[in-house]
Amino acid sequence: MDIKKGLVQVAEVSTFTKRVFRDFFFPPYEVKEIIRQCFMMGNKSLFLITFTSFLVGIVFTKQSRPSLASFGAESWLPSLVAQAVVRSLGPLVTGLICAGKLGSNIGAELGSMQVTEQIDAMEVSGTRPFSYLVVSRITATTLMLPLLVVYSDILSLLGSFLTVNIYNNTSFQLFFNEVAVNITYTDIFSSLIKSAFFGFAIGLVGCYSGYHSDKGTTGVGKAANTSVVVSMMLIFVIDLLSIQFINLFR
Amino acid sequence: MLATKSNNAPAIEQSRTDNVVVSIRNLKKAFGDREILNGVDLDLHESENLVILGRSGTGKSVLIKCMVGLIVPDSGQINVLGRDVFTLSAREMNELRLQIGFSFQGSALYDAMTVRENLEFPLKRNLGIFEKRKLDEMVMTALDDVGLAHAVDQWPAELSGGMKKRIGIARTLILKPKIMLYDEPTAGLDPITSMEINELILSVREKYKTSSIIITHDISSARTTSDRIIGLINGKNKIEGTFEELKNARDPDLEPFFKY
Repeated sequence: MDIKKGLVQVAEVSTFTKRVFRDFFFPPYEVKEIIRQCFMMGNKSLFLITFTSFLVGIVFTKQSRPSLASFGAESWLPSLVAQAVVRSLGPLVTGLICAGKLGSNIGAELGSMQVTEQIDAMEVSGTRPFSYLVVSRITATTLMLPLLVVYSDILSLLGSFLTVNIYNNTSFQLFFNEVAVNITYTDIFSSLIKSAFFGFAIGLVGCYSGYHSDKGTTGVGKAANTSVVVSMMLIFVIDLLSIQFINLFR
Repeated sequence: MLATKSNNAPAIEQSRTDNVVVSIRNLKKAFGDREILNGVDLDLHESENLVILGRSGTGKSVLIKCMVGLIVPDSGQINVLGRDVFTLSAREMNELRLQIGFSFQGSALYDAMTVRENLEFPLKRNLGIFEKRKLDEMVMTALDDVGLAHAVDQWPAELSGGMKKRIGIARTLILKPKIMLYDEPTAGLDPITSMEINELILSVREKYKTSSIIITHDISSARTTSDRIIGLINGKNKIEGTFEELKNARDPDLEPFFKY
Protein backbone atom coordinates (compact mmCIF):
# COMPACT_ATOMS: atom_id res chain seq x y z
CA MET A 1 0.00 0.00 0.00
CA ASP A 2 1.45 3.37 -0.91
CA ILE A 3 1.79 6.11 1.69
CA LYS A 4 -0.79 8.42 0.15
CA LYS A 5 -3.43 5.69 0.07
CA GLY A 6 -2.63 4.77 3.67
CA LEU A 7 -2.95 8.35 4.84
CA VAL A 8 -6.26 8.75 3.02
CA GLN A 9 -7.53 5.64 4.79
CA VAL A 10 -6.41 6.96 8.19
CA ALA A 11 -8.27 10.20 7.47
CA GLU A 12 -11.38 8.27 6.44
CA VAL A 13 -11.31 6.13 9.58
CA SER A 14 -10.89 9.28 11.71
CA THR A 15 -13.88 10.94 10.04
CA PHE A 16 -15.88 7.74 10.46
CA THR A 17 -15.02 7.57 14.17
CA LYS A 18 -15.86 11.24 14.67
CA ARG A 19 -19.22 10.66 13.03
CA VAL A 20 -19.87 7.67 15.32
CA PHE A 21 -19.38 9.86 18.41
CA ARG A 22 -21.40 12.75 16.96
CA ASP A 23 -24.34 10.52 16.04
CA PHE A 24 -24.13 8.68 19.38
CA PHE A 25 -24.64 11.85 21.40
CA PHE A 26 -27.22 13.52 19.17
CA PRO A 27 -30.75 12.31 18.41
CA PRO A 28 -32.28 10.17 17.06
CA TYR A 29 -31.19 7.68 19.74
CA GLU A 30 -31.36 4.10 18.53
CA VAL A 31 -32.21 2.56 21.92
CA LYS A 32 -34.44 -0.19 20.55
CA GLU A 33 -31.93 -1.20 17.87
CA ILE A 34 -29.04 -1.12 20.39
CA ILE A 35 -30.96 -3.46 22.72
CA ARG A 36 -31.76 -5.77 19.78
CA GLN A 37 -28.12 -5.81 18.67
CA CYS A 38 -26.91 -6.45 22.25
CA PHE A 39 -29.23 -9.43 22.51
CA MET A 40 -28.21 -10.79 19.10
CA MET A 41 -24.50 -10.37 19.75
CA GLY A 42 -24.64 -11.87 23.24
CA ASN A 43 -26.77 -14.70 22.00
CA LYS A 44 -24.51 -15.43 19.03
CA SER A 45 -21.33 -15.58 21.07
CA LEU A 46 -22.60 -17.33 24.18
CA PHE A 47 -22.06 -20.93 23.18
CA LEU A 48 -18.55 -20.38 21.82
CA ILE A 49 -17.50 -18.35 24.87
CA THR A 50 -18.96 -20.93 27.26
CA PHE A 51 -17.11 -23.73 25.53
CA THR A 52 -13.72 -22.03 25.10
CA SER A 53 -13.62 -20.24 28.47
CA PHE A 54 -14.37 -23.41 30.40
CA LEU A 55 -11.64 -25.26 28.50
CA VAL A 56 -9.16 -22.40 28.93
CA GLY A 57 -9.68 -22.63 32.71
CA ILE A 58 -9.05 -26.39 32.68
CA VAL A 59 -6.04 -26.26 30.34
CA PHE A 60 -4.35 -23.36 32.11
CA THR A 61 -4.75 -25.03 35.50
CA LYS A 62 -3.47 -28.37 34.24
CA GLN A 63 -0.45 -26.70 32.65
CA SER A 64 0.40 -24.53 35.67
CA ARG A 65 -0.07 -27.17 38.33
CA PRO A 66 3.13 -29.21 37.72
CA SER A 67 5.33 -26.09 37.83
CA LEU A 68 3.81 -24.91 41.11
CA ALA A 69 3.86 -28.44 42.53
CA SER A 70 7.61 -28.71 41.95
CA PHE A 71 8.04 -25.74 44.34
CA GLY A 72 5.47 -27.12 46.77
CA ALA A 73 3.26 -24.13 45.96
CA GLU A 74 0.15 -25.88 44.71
CA SER A 75 -1.99 -23.87 47.11
CA TRP A 76 -1.17 -20.78 45.01
CA LEU A 77 -2.96 -22.26 42.04
CA PRO A 78 -6.32 -20.46 42.61
CA SER A 79 -4.61 -17.08 42.96
CA LEU A 80 -2.41 -17.65 39.91
CA VAL A 81 -5.36 -18.73 37.76
CA ALA A 82 -7.56 -15.90 39.07
CA GLN A 83 -5.01 -13.22 38.26
CA ALA A 84 -4.19 -14.68 34.86
CA VAL A 85 -7.85 -15.11 33.91
CA VAL A 86 -9.17 -11.78 35.17
CA ARG A 87 -6.23 -9.64 34.08
CA SER A 88 -5.45 -11.12 30.73
CA LEU A 89 -6.82 -14.47 29.58
CA GLY A 90 -10.53 -13.70 29.96
CA PRO A 91 -10.55 -10.39 28.07
CA LEU A 92 -8.11 -11.67 25.44
CA VAL A 93 -9.90 -14.93 24.71
CA THR A 94 -13.32 -13.23 24.67
CA GLY A 95 -12.00 -10.39 22.53
CA LEU A 96 -10.50 -12.74 19.97
CA ILE A 97 -13.62 -14.91 19.82
CA CYS A 98 -15.82 -11.86 19.36
CA ALA A 99 -13.46 -10.44 16.73
CA GLY A 100 -13.95 -13.65 14.76
CA LYS A 101 -17.61 -14.17 15.44
CA LEU A 102 -19.05 -10.64 15.65
CA GLY A 103 -16.47 -8.76 13.57
CA SER A 104 -16.89 -11.01 10.56
CA ASN A 105 -20.66 -10.94 10.97
CA ILE A 106 -20.84 -7.15 11.07
CA GLY A 107 -18.41 -6.76 8.16
CA ALA A 108 -20.25 -9.27 5.97
CA GLU A 109 -23.72 -7.99 6.87
CA LEU A 110 -22.99 -4.32 6.19
CA GLY A 111 -20.83 -5.22 3.19
CA SER A 112 -23.67 -7.18 1.66
CA MET A 113 -26.08 -4.32 2.36
CA GLN A 114 -23.66 -1.94 0.66
CA VAL A 115 -23.24 -4.16 -2.39
CA THR A 116 -26.99 -4.63 -2.86
CA GLU A 117 -27.59 -0.87 -2.43
CA GLN A 118 -29.66 -1.37 0.74
CA ILE A 119 -27.63 1.29 2.54
CA ASP A 120 -28.13 3.68 -0.39
CA ALA A 121 -31.85 2.93 -0.26
CA MET A 122 -31.93 3.88 3.43
CA GLU A 123 -29.92 7.00 2.68
CA VAL A 124 -32.22 8.25 -0.10
CA SER A 125 -35.34 7.57 1.94
CA GLY A 126 -33.97 9.90 4.62
CA THR A 127 -33.79 7.19 7.28
CA ARG A 128 -30.26 8.02 8.48
CA PRO A 129 -28.68 4.55 8.12
CA PHE A 130 -25.47 5.55 9.86
CA SER A 131 -26.98 5.83 13.31
CA TYR A 132 -29.28 2.87 12.70
CA LEU A 133 -26.68 0.49 11.31
CA VAL A 134 -23.31 1.71 12.56
CA VAL A 135 -23.80 3.52 15.87
CA SER A 136 -26.13 0.83 17.19
CA ARG A 137 -23.68 -1.98 16.37
CA ILE A 138 -20.62 -0.22 17.79
CA THR A 139 -22.54 0.67 20.97
CA ALA A 140 -23.71 -2.93 21.27
CA THR A 141 -20.22 -4.44 20.93
CA THR A 142 -18.82 -1.87 23.38
CA LEU A 143 -21.50 -2.71 25.96
CA MET A 144 -21.54 -6.47 25.44
CA LEU A 145 -17.82 -7.24 25.53
CA PRO A 146 -17.39 -6.40 29.26
CA LEU A 147 -20.45 -8.51 30.11
CA LEU A 148 -19.17 -11.41 28.05
CA VAL A 149 -15.75 -11.07 29.69
CA VAL A 150 -17.31 -11.35 33.18
CA TYR A 151 -19.17 -14.44 32.00
CA SER A 152 -16.01 -15.86 30.45
CA ASP A 153 -13.99 -15.22 33.66
CA ILE A 154 -16.56 -17.03 35.78
CA LEU A 155 -16.56 -20.05 33.46
CA SER A 156 -12.76 -20.20 33.29
CA LEU A 157 -12.60 -20.10 37.08
CA LEU A 158 -15.22 -22.84 37.27
CA GLY A 159 -13.15 -24.95 34.83
CA SER A 160 -10.10 -24.31 36.96
CA PHE A 161 -11.94 -25.19 40.17
CA LEU A 162 -13.10 -28.46 38.65
CA THR A 163 -9.50 -29.38 37.78
CA VAL A 164 -8.13 -28.36 41.18
CA ASN A 165 -10.93 -30.22 42.89
CA ILE A 166 -10.16 -33.43 41.01
CA TYR A 167 -6.47 -33.34 42.00
CA ASN A 168 -6.62 -31.86 45.50
CA ASN A 169 -10.23 -32.22 46.62
CA THR A 170 -10.33 -28.46 47.33
CA SER A 171 -13.74 -27.13 48.37
CA PHE A 172 -15.67 -24.63 46.26
CA GLN A 173 -15.63 -22.11 49.12
CA LEU A 174 -11.89 -22.39 49.73
CA PHE A 175 -11.09 -22.04 46.01
CA PHE A 176 -13.22 -18.96 45.50
CA ASN A 177 -12.07 -17.41 48.80
CA GLU A 178 -8.52 -17.62 47.44
CA VAL A 179 -9.68 -16.13 44.16
CA ALA A 180 -11.48 -13.23 45.88
CA VAL A 181 -8.55 -12.43 48.15
CA ASN A 182 -6.12 -12.21 45.25
CA ILE A 183 -8.21 -10.12 42.87
CA THR A 184 -8.22 -6.35 43.35
CA TYR A 185 -10.74 -3.78 42.19
CA THR A 186 -8.02 -2.44 39.87
CA ASP A 187 -7.84 -5.87 38.22
CA ILE A 188 -11.60 -6.03 37.72
CA PHE A 189 -12.16 -2.47 36.50
CA SER A 190 -9.13 -2.39 34.26
CA SER A 191 -10.27 -5.66 32.71
CA LEU A 192 -13.77 -4.29 32.11
CA ILE A 193 -12.54 -1.01 30.64
CA LYS A 194 -10.06 -2.85 28.43
CA SER A 195 -12.88 -5.12 27.22
CA ALA A 196 -15.03 -2.11 26.36
CA PHE A 197 -12.17 -0.82 24.18
CA PHE A 198 -11.91 -4.27 22.56
CA GLY A 199 -15.65 -4.11 21.83
CA PHE A 200 -15.39 -0.62 20.40
CA ALA A 201 -12.50 -1.69 18.15
CA ILE A 202 -14.37 -4.78 16.92
CA GLY A 203 -17.52 -2.78 16.17
CA LEU A 204 -15.66 0.11 14.56
CA VAL A 205 -13.51 -2.06 12.29
CA GLY A 206 -16.45 -4.30 11.30
CA CYS A 207 -18.72 -1.37 10.53
CA TYR A 208 -16.04 0.60 8.69
CA SER A 209 -15.04 -2.33 6.46
CA GLY A 210 -18.67 -3.23 5.75
CA TYR A 211 -19.85 0.33 5.18
CA HIS A 212 -16.98 1.00 2.77
CA SER A 213 -16.91 -2.41 1.15
CA ASP A 214 -16.06 -2.65 -2.55
CA LYS A 215 -18.82 -3.55 -4.95
CA GLY A 216 -19.26 -7.21 -5.85
CA THR A 217 -19.21 -10.44 -3.90
CA THR A 218 -15.45 -10.28 -3.38
CA GLY A 219 -16.03 -6.95 -1.62
CA VAL A 220 -18.20 -8.68 0.99
CA GLY A 221 -15.60 -11.40 1.58
CA LYS A 222 -12.87 -8.80 1.85
CA ALA A 223 -14.92 -6.74 4.31
CA ALA A 224 -15.49 -9.78 6.55
CA ASN A 225 -11.84 -10.79 6.36
CA THR A 226 -10.53 -7.28 7.06
CA SER A 227 -12.88 -6.99 10.04
CA VAL A 228 -11.45 -10.10 11.66
CA VAL A 229 -7.77 -9.52 10.88
CA VAL A 230 -7.64 -5.84 11.79
CA SER A 231 -9.74 -6.15 14.94
CA MET A 232 -7.60 -9.07 16.19
CA MET A 233 -4.47 -7.00 15.65
CA LEU A 234 -6.06 -4.04 17.44
CA ILE A 235 -7.01 -6.25 20.39
CA PHE A 236 -3.35 -7.15 20.96
CA VAL A 237 -2.29 -3.52 20.57
CA ILE A 238 -4.96 -2.32 23.04
CA ASP A 239 -3.96 -5.13 25.43
CA LEU A 240 -0.34 -4.04 25.32
CA LEU A 241 -1.18 -0.37 25.82
CA SER A 242 -3.57 -1.13 28.65
CA ILE A 243 -0.92 -3.15 30.52
CA GLN A 244 1.47 -0.20 30.28
CA PHE A 245 -1.23 2.13 31.52
CA ILE A 246 -2.56 -0.08 34.33
CA ASN A 247 0.93 -0.73 35.69
CA LEU A 248 1.07 2.96 36.57
CA PHE A 249 -1.66 2.32 39.15
CA ARG A 250 -0.25 -0.85 40.63
CA MET B 1 -40.16 19.23 -30.70
CA LEU B 2 -36.86 17.53 -31.48
CA ALA B 3 -33.88 19.41 -30.09
CA THR B 4 -30.17 18.91 -30.02
CA LYS B 5 -28.07 20.32 -27.19
CA SER B 6 -27.21 23.99 -27.44
CA ASN B 7 -23.97 25.35 -26.05
CA ASN B 8 -25.87 28.32 -24.65
CA ALA B 9 -27.97 26.55 -22.06
CA PRO B 10 -30.40 28.93 -20.35
CA ALA B 11 -29.65 30.02 -16.82
CA ILE B 12 -31.06 27.79 -14.12
CA GLU B 13 -33.29 30.53 -12.72
CA GLN B 14 -34.96 31.04 -16.09
CA SER B 15 -35.84 27.37 -16.41
CA ARG B 16 -37.63 27.41 -13.08
CA THR B 17 -40.33 29.70 -14.38
CA ASP B 18 -42.14 26.93 -16.23
CA ASN B 19 -43.31 24.35 -13.60
CA VAL B 20 -39.89 22.73 -13.64
CA VAL B 21 -39.34 20.41 -10.66
CA VAL B 22 -35.79 19.31 -11.47
CA SER B 23 -33.25 21.43 -13.26
CA ILE B 24 -29.69 20.32 -14.00
CA ARG B 25 -27.06 22.51 -15.61
CA ASN B 26 -23.61 21.58 -16.91
CA LEU B 27 -23.23 18.58 -14.59
CA LYS B 28 -19.82 16.93 -14.68
CA LYS B 29 -18.49 13.88 -12.93
CA ALA B 30 -15.34 11.84 -13.48
CA PHE B 31 -14.07 8.73 -11.70
CA GLY B 32 -10.30 9.03 -11.87
CA ASP B 33 -9.36 9.79 -15.46
CA ARG B 34 -12.68 8.53 -16.80
CA GLU B 35 -15.24 11.24 -17.49
CA ILE B 36 -18.73 9.88 -16.90
CA LEU B 37 -20.89 13.00 -17.07
CA ASN B 38 -19.54 15.68 -19.33
CA GLY B 39 -21.87 18.67 -19.01
CA VAL B 40 -25.43 17.35 -18.71
CA ASP B 41 -28.35 19.80 -18.87
CA LEU B 42 -31.93 18.75 -18.30
CA ASP B 43 -35.28 19.94 -16.99
CA LEU B 44 -38.03 17.75 -15.58
CA HIS B 45 -41.48 19.29 -15.65
CA GLU B 46 -44.34 18.67 -13.27
CA SER B 47 -46.24 15.41 -13.93
CA GLU B 48 -43.86 14.56 -16.76
CA ASN B 49 -42.30 11.16 -17.42
CA LEU B 50 -38.82 11.84 -18.73
CA VAL B 51 -36.84 8.89 -20.03
CA ILE B 52 -33.04 9.02 -20.12
CA LEU B 53 -31.99 6.59 -22.82
CA GLY B 54 -28.45 5.48 -23.39
CA ARG B 55 -25.99 2.62 -23.48
CA SER B 56 -24.64 1.01 -20.32
CA GLY B 57 -21.81 3.04 -18.80
CA THR B 58 -22.92 6.39 -20.17
CA GLY B 59 -23.60 7.76 -16.70
CA LYS B 60 -27.39 7.40 -16.51
CA SER B 61 -27.41 5.99 -12.98
CA VAL B 62 -24.66 8.37 -11.88
CA LEU B 63 -26.88 11.24 -13.02
CA ILE B 64 -29.84 10.34 -10.80
CA LYS B 65 -27.57 9.40 -7.89
CA CYS B 66 -26.13 12.92 -8.08
CA MET B 67 -29.67 14.28 -7.79
CA VAL B 68 -30.23 12.65 -4.39
CA GLY B 69 -26.75 13.29 -3.06
CA LEU B 70 -25.52 9.70 -3.22
CA ILE B 71 -22.72 10.81 -5.55
CA VAL B 72 -21.13 14.23 -5.35
CA PRO B 73 -20.50 15.68 -8.84
CA ASP B 74 -17.32 17.56 -9.74
CA SER B 75 -19.17 20.64 -10.99
CA GLY B 76 -22.53 21.89 -12.19
CA GLN B 77 -25.87 22.77 -10.65
CA ILE B 78 -28.78 20.59 -9.56
CA ASN B 79 -31.99 22.22 -8.48
CA VAL B 80 -34.74 19.97 -7.11
CA LEU B 81 -38.13 21.41 -6.17
CA GLY B 82 -36.63 24.88 -6.10
CA ARG B 83 -33.68 23.97 -3.87
CA ASP B 84 -30.04 23.86 -4.87
CA VAL B 85 -28.98 20.43 -3.55
CA PHE B 86 -25.34 21.43 -3.01
CA THR B 87 -26.17 24.20 -0.57
CA LEU B 88 -28.40 22.06 1.66
CA SER B 89 -27.39 20.97 5.15
CA ALA B 90 -27.63 17.24 6.02
CA ARG B 91 -31.01 17.83 7.70
CA GLU B 92 -32.35 19.80 4.74
CA MET B 93 -31.09 17.14 2.34
CA ASN B 94 -32.96 14.50 4.35
CA GLU B 95 -36.13 16.58 4.15
CA LEU B 96 -35.72 16.91 0.40
CA ARG B 97 -35.10 13.19 0.02
CA LEU B 98 -38.50 12.50 1.57
CA GLN B 99 -40.03 14.11 -1.51
CA ILE B 100 -38.01 11.96 -3.91
CA GLY B 101 -38.70 8.28 -4.43
CA PHE B 102 -35.80 6.21 -5.74
CA SER B 103 -36.44 2.79 -7.28
CA PHE B 104 -33.14 0.92 -7.44
CA GLN B 105 -32.08 -1.34 -10.26
CA GLY B 106 -31.70 -4.29 -7.90
CA SER B 107 -34.75 -3.26 -5.82
CA ALA B 108 -32.57 -2.87 -2.69
CA LEU B 109 -35.13 -4.42 -0.37
CA TYR B 110 -33.84 -4.83 3.19
CA ASP B 111 -33.34 -8.58 3.25
CA ALA B 112 -33.34 -8.84 7.04
CA MET B 113 -36.91 -7.52 7.10
CA THR B 114 -40.22 -8.87 5.78
CA VAL B 115 -42.13 -6.94 3.13
CA ARG B 116 -44.29 -5.38 5.86
CA GLU B 117 -41.21 -4.29 7.84
CA ASN B 118 -39.61 -2.92 4.66
CA LEU B 119 -42.59 -0.65 4.14
CA GLU B 120 -43.01 0.25 7.81
CA PHE B 121 -39.34 1.20 8.17
CA PRO B 122 -39.49 4.64 6.46
CA LEU B 123 -42.83 5.40 8.12
CA LYS B 124 -41.48 4.74 11.60
CA ARG B 125 -38.15 6.45 11.03
CA ASN B 126 -39.25 9.46 9.02
CA LEU B 127 -42.80 10.16 10.04
CA GLY B 128 -42.67 8.71 13.56
CA ILE B 129 -45.78 6.59 12.95
CA PHE B 130 -45.89 3.65 15.36
CA GLU B 131 -49.63 3.03 15.71
CA LYS B 132 -50.23 -0.48 14.38
CA ARG B 133 -53.61 0.23 12.81
CA LYS B 134 -52.31 3.23 10.90
CA LEU B 135 -49.14 1.40 9.82
CA ASP B 136 -51.20 -1.55 8.57
CA GLU B 137 -53.51 0.74 6.64
CA MET B 138 -50.67 2.62 4.93
CA VAL B 139 -48.71 -0.56 4.16
CA MET B 140 -51.73 -2.30 2.66
CA THR B 141 -52.65 0.76 0.56
CA ALA B 142 -49.14 0.95 -0.89
CA LEU B 143 -49.08 -2.80 -1.56
CA ASP B 144 -52.54 -2.67 -3.14
CA ASP B 145 -51.29 0.04 -5.49
CA VAL B 146 -48.60 -2.31 -6.80
CA GLY B 147 -50.91 -5.35 -6.74
CA LEU B 148 -48.99 -7.28 -4.09
CA ALA B 149 -51.10 -7.11 -0.94
CA HIS B 150 -50.82 -10.89 -0.57
CA ALA B 151 -47.02 -10.69 -0.21
CA VAL B 152 -47.12 -8.57 2.94
CA ASP B 153 -45.59 -11.15 5.26
CA GLN B 154 -43.12 -12.68 2.82
CA TRP B 155 -39.36 -12.25 2.94
CA PRO B 156 -37.51 -10.56 0.06
CA ALA B 157 -35.69 -13.83 -0.68
CA GLU B 158 -39.06 -15.48 -1.40
CA LEU B 159 -40.04 -12.93 -4.06
CA SER B 160 -39.47 -12.99 -7.83
CA GLY B 161 -37.52 -10.21 -9.59
CA GLY B 162 -40.70 -8.45 -10.75
CA MET B 163 -42.27 -8.66 -7.29
CA LYS B 164 -39.13 -7.19 -5.73
CA LYS B 165 -39.28 -4.25 -8.15
CA ARG B 166 -42.93 -3.64 -7.28
CA ILE B 167 -42.28 -3.84 -3.52
CA GLY B 168 -39.33 -1.46 -3.96
CA ILE B 169 -41.63 1.00 -5.72
CA ALA B 170 -44.29 0.54 -3.01
CA ARG B 171 -41.69 1.32 -0.34
CA THR B 172 -40.92 4.64 -2.00
CA LEU B 173 -44.58 5.46 -2.68
CA ILE B 174 -45.51 5.03 0.95
CA LEU B 175 -43.88 8.40 1.67
CA LYS B 176 -45.91 9.99 -1.16
CA PRO B 177 -42.98 11.52 -3.06
CA LYS B 178 -43.39 14.31 -5.59
CA ILE B 179 -40.61 13.00 -7.82
CA MET B 180 -39.88 9.38 -8.75
CA LEU B 181 -36.49 8.23 -10.02
CA TYR B 182 -36.51 4.79 -11.65
CA ASP B 183 -33.12 3.20 -12.25
CA GLU B 184 -33.49 0.56 -14.99
CA PRO B 185 -36.97 -0.51 -13.82
CA THR B 186 -37.26 -3.37 -16.33
CA ALA B 187 -33.67 -4.65 -16.29
CA GLY B 188 -33.50 -8.43 -16.02
CA LEU B 189 -37.25 -8.96 -16.30
CA ASP B 190 -39.20 -10.99 -18.86
CA PRO B 191 -41.27 -9.02 -21.44
CA ILE B 192 -44.60 -9.60 -19.67
CA THR B 193 -43.29 -8.52 -16.26
CA SER B 194 -41.55 -5.56 -17.95
CA MET B 195 -44.87 -4.54 -19.42
CA GLU B 196 -46.51 -4.76 -15.98
CA ILE B 197 -43.79 -2.57 -14.50
CA ASN B 198 -44.24 -0.03 -17.31
CA GLU B 199 -47.98 0.08 -16.62
CA LEU B 200 -47.23 0.47 -12.93
CA ILE B 201 -45.02 3.48 -13.67
CA LEU B 202 -47.88 5.08 -15.60
CA SER B 203 -50.44 4.30 -12.90
CA VAL B 204 -48.12 5.73 -10.21
CA ARG B 205 -48.06 9.01 -12.09
CA GLU B 206 -51.83 8.90 -12.45
CA LYS B 207 -52.53 8.24 -8.79
CA TYR B 208 -49.70 10.05 -7.02
CA LYS B 209 -49.25 12.91 -9.53
CA THR B 210 -45.51 12.31 -9.59
CA SER B 211 -42.94 13.65 -12.01
CA SER B 212 -40.55 10.89 -12.99
CA ILE B 213 -37.14 10.31 -14.47
CA ILE B 214 -36.82 6.81 -15.89
CA ILE B 215 -33.33 5.53 -16.64
CA THR B 216 -33.40 2.76 -19.19
CA HIS B 217 -31.90 1.13 -22.21
CA ASP B 218 -35.10 -0.84 -22.82
CA ILE B 219 -36.70 0.75 -25.90
CA SER B 220 -40.16 -0.73 -25.29
CA SER B 221 -40.12 0.67 -21.75
CA ALA B 222 -39.09 4.06 -23.16
CA ARG B 223 -41.93 3.95 -25.69
CA THR B 224 -44.58 3.02 -23.12
CA THR B 225 -43.60 5.30 -20.27
CA SER B 226 -42.09 8.43 -21.82
CA ASP B 227 -43.56 11.84 -22.51
CA ARG B 228 -40.12 12.95 -23.57
CA ILE B 229 -36.79 11.16 -24.08
CA ILE B 230 -33.27 12.44 -23.65
CA GLY B 231 -30.51 10.51 -25.38
CA LEU B 232 -27.47 10.46 -23.13
CA ILE B 233 -24.40 9.78 -25.26
CA ASN B 234 -20.85 9.84 -23.89
CA GLY B 235 -21.92 11.66 -20.74
CA LYS B 236 -23.84 14.40 -22.62
CA ASN B 237 -27.51 14.87 -23.42
CA LYS B 238 -27.09 14.79 -27.17
CA ILE B 239 -30.66 14.77 -28.38
CA GLU B 240 -34.18 15.04 -26.97
CA GLY B 241 -37.77 14.76 -28.11
CA THR B 242 -40.74 12.40 -28.07
CA PHE B 243 -40.31 8.72 -28.89
CA GLU B 244 -41.48 9.20 -32.46
CA GLU B 245 -39.27 12.25 -32.97
CA LEU B 246 -36.18 10.39 -31.81
CA LYS B 247 -37.10 7.36 -33.85
CA ASN B 248 -37.41 9.46 -37.01
CA ALA B 249 -34.29 11.48 -36.26
CA ARG B 250 -32.07 8.53 -37.21
CA ASP B 251 -29.33 9.68 -34.87
CA PRO B 252 -26.36 7.31 -35.42
CA ASP B 253 -25.89 6.79 -31.65
CA LEU B 254 -29.54 6.07 -30.90
CA GLU B 255 -30.66 4.34 -34.08
CA PRO B 256 -29.51 0.89 -32.91
CA PHE B 257 -31.96 1.14 -29.99
CA PHE B 258 -34.89 1.63 -32.37
CA LYS B 259 -33.73 -1.10 -34.73
CA TYR B 260 -33.37 -3.64 -31.93
